[in-house]
Amino acid sequence: MVRTLVVRGLLVGLLAGLVAGGFAFFFGEPRVDAAIALEEAAAAAEPAHAHAEEEAGHQHGEEAAVSRPAQKAGLFLATGLYGLAVGGVFALVYAGLRGRVGPRRDGALALAAAGTAFIAVILLPFLKYPANPPAVGDPETINDRTLLYLVMIVVGLAAVAAAVATARRMTADPWQRWAVAGAVFLVPVVAAWALLPTVDEVPEGFPASLLWEFRLASIGTQFVFWTAFGVLFGWLSDRVARRSPLAPAASHR
Amino acid sequence: MSDISAPSTIPLPRLRPWLLAVPVLLLIAYLVLMDNGAVSQTGTFLHELMHDGRHLLGVPCH
Repeated sequence: MVRTLVVRGLLVGLLAGLVAGGFAFFFGEPRVDAAIALEEAAAAAEPAHAHAEEEAGHQHGEEAAVSRPAQKAGLFLATGLYGLAVGGVFALVYAGLRGRVGPRRDGALALAAAGTAFIAVILLPFLKYPANPPAVGDPETINDRTLLYLVMIVVGLAAVAAAVATARRMTADPWQRWAVAGAVFLVPVVAAWALLPTVDEVPEGFPASLLWEFRLASIGTQFVFWTAFGVLFGWLSDRVARRSPLAPAASHR
Repeated sequence: MSDISAPSTIPLPRLRPWLLAVPVLLLIAYLVLMDNGAVSQTGTFLHELMHDGRHLLGVPCH
């Protein structure tokens, strides 16, 4: 049973990752290319800066360690492996939740869990620390920004756990549960929002429309991933449940 | 809510051995999304290879 779920999570995750990679390729790559072109133009105008970047070991364009076409292939490798890893973890969480927390129907639980994961682990960190295209962001602060991003993910997970636990304890009415869960979810979220430092490293003169389009493509990529993953995982779960409707308890392995 | 319509709960002892997979999966996610050579020991190769994915999946890249 657990093995079935984990294999399902890995495969569906890989597939959803590749689908999201396709979205990112068509809607995100043109913006990445545009941002790199701006970055190179800025570096050409300011040779000292370009030299400093070379020493830091990071470069885009012609002289990068991995060429741009290879990086575009690497996009699918990255989203596919990301989907595989996330899908495996999701399947184990789902296995723990099933029959204990959330909707009773398998497909509905998969959709609810995927939607919750998107809001808590993706959308929430994105709203506080939005994705940046190349040329935006100071390489010196990457460790701090990565840490802050991870803190937001932990805050989102903790907020969901607190919201679900509180709502279940306080009332049995489903609508009241939603209201309580929503309110409790917002407490740590607003606190983190107010207390954590703001990051604004957009260079002066960087086109606002390009930044917006890149960020839309970035959150869109994650939205495509979690939608595809939730729907596929839920659909497969319901199909399996329907095939053996009389023996749900006998399927332990 | 009858027992027949409820999905079977997976006993926690059955789930526990599978939790060993979580660190492995998180390591894969780390290597794809965040490693800049500290763990992989390949310098910035992983960063460069996964570059576009990192940007478009929304993690801080550089």
